[in-house]
Amino acid sequence: MSQTHERQNPAFYALVFALVMMAIGPIYLMLTTSLRLNVDIMSDASALFFMPTLRNYETVLCDVLWYTPEHVGYCDPTFGRALGNSLIVALISTGITLIVGCMAAYALVRFRFMGRGTLSMTTLMMRMVPPAVLLVPVFGIWTFQYHMDGTYAGIILVYVAMNLPFVIWILQSFIVQVPIQLEEAARIDGANAFQVFFLVVLPIIKPGLAAASIFTFRIAWNEFLIANALLDRSTRTVPVTIVNSLTEYDIDWGVIMATGMLLAIPPIIFTFVASKQIITGMTAGAVKG
Amino acid sequence: MAAAQIKRMTPYMFLAPAAAIMIVGLLYPIGYMVYASFLDWNPSQRIGEADFVGLRNYVTLLNDAAFRESAGVTLTFSAIVVVVEMVIGVGLALLLDRNIRGISVLRTLFILPMMIAPIVVGLMWRYMYHPSVGIFNQTLKEWGFEPIPWLSDSGWALTSIIIADIWQWTPFIFILALAALQSLPRTSLEAARIDGASGWQQIVYIKLPLMMPVLVVTALLRLIDSFKVLEVILVMTNGGPGLSTEILSLRISRTASEFRELGLAAAMSNYLLLILLTLTVIMFVYNKVVESRAQAIRQQAEEA
Repeated sequence: MSQTHERQNPAFYALVFALVMMAIGPIYLMLTTSLRLNVDIMSDASALFFMPTLRNYETVLCDVLWYTPEHVGYCDPTFGRALGNSLIVALISTGITLIVGCMAAYALVRFRFMGRGTLSMTTLMMRMVPPAVLLVPVFGIWTFQYHMDGTYAGIILVYVAMNLPFVIWILQSFIVQVPIQLEEAARIDGANAFQVFFLVVLPIIKPGLAAASIFTFRIAWNEFLIANALLDRSTRTVPVTIVNSLTEYDIDWGVIMATGMLLAIPPIIFTFVASKQIITGMTAGAVKG
Repeated sequence: MAAAQIKRMTPYMFLAPAAAIMIVGLLYPIGYMVYASFLDWNPSQRIGEADFVGLRNYVTLLNDAAFRESAGVTLTFSAIVVVVEMVIGVGLALLLDRNIRGISVLRTLFILPMMIAPIVVGLMWRYMYHPSVGIFNQTLKEWGFEPIPWLSDSGWALTSIIIADIWQWTPFIFILALAALQSLPRTSLEAARIDGASGWQQIVYIKLPLMMPVLVVTALLRLIDSFKVLEVILVMTNGGPGLSTEILSLRISRTASEFRELGLAAAMSNYLLLILLTLTVIMFVYNKVVESRAQAIRQQAEEA
């Protein structure tokens, strides 16, 4: 976009500025709270001036730090472990969803199985199912039939299945745009279907892959309800530990905000790195139809 | 011969993993849930041991005042949230649809609330609504007003969670509406401008009707998603005080985990799905109507 910007009424800039403040205000507040000691949080005075400290982060991460922070009397390993669990679950789910989703999307487009309409309809239907609805059957089946409660494999299966319809649907809209001549040329040079797919098609649809992986990662990383029902003490993910540490009274806001901040950092990084792809993923559904 | 065979099998080989995962991880559980809703089942029983009770769970729920209240809260929450967010989101999009510097920065920052974990969003708002250290009550106190019991009063609690949801999801509508506006056919707008339509007239007679198909889909997506909001409310109020903020998703999860009534929770899930299905079908039909109308306007504008 190399358009020239028109000069606008300053009121518009004021409005844009106010909107930006509203959008990031709460996040900024969380950040500053996580950098404060509890004494400072509880005192009314000097909301603006305080000594930032990383103590809360040290408390949270004491288990995985290479040194022992001196202010931590007892080191609670729960969060360090949960962070590892979350990373494993989110990364593996994203990987599997992408590979499987890509192959299915390719088959749907190139071998003309179902029309676009059927696929969008299925995606919409799947989007309609709230995670709370899956709670009962997943709990029952995973515990008594698959015997996968408390394992990474169990929760990864749920996340992959939940994300597949959307990923297939978004990827096929990218694959449709790959010129078929390119594939035919590769085929004449002697490549088989798998080689064509991995060496020709995949590199072209990278932006689609980026959008799909961010959306999958976000769901697997943020999900609470099903993780809470399926996972046990040693496999719990971060959202579950956060909710478990919330008590009615006497919440250690500094520490819990540090935890929240750590959970929020990966999605924030993605947003800044790939906002264009995210917007494509969001708008593709409604605007192009 | 073997090569031809492989070639014929290729599409199936590409599709098989996805199909297998969706059947095992999604379709089977959903089918299972429909079946479980006819059972009297608690979590320590295997499903074969549970008694078949027919439609009893459904009838129990209809007579259950708490369930009816919860359904009412869900519908109120979704209706208010969708309407308010549509008005603000579309309004902002119409206002900001011009070439100004910083609009892409605004869009990037606007995505943040949607990307962050709902648990964390709940946490932030619970902190801001905190009776003594929260920013809202501190500001009110500074200005000499009475502090407001944001989350502890049953009248205010619903308003508070609605405000949090509006903060989180209005950007979604804004971004979709802006994308719709920028993909409008320039010719129709040009034609209207040449005919001397004022800014308001352009919005009311050209832009809004042409955007309508997208807006209906947007509203539908938002409506569906608003029925799924759970974590934010769980962290902020856990459904209380009383049942004032207990939306259906939350009630399903509590019925399953606290009251240990899996059959009842499954029946509730089915009711929720039925409500969603009805709303989706209505919106879908409405969308078809609107789309044909938009088509007519586009043609008219181009001919004129």
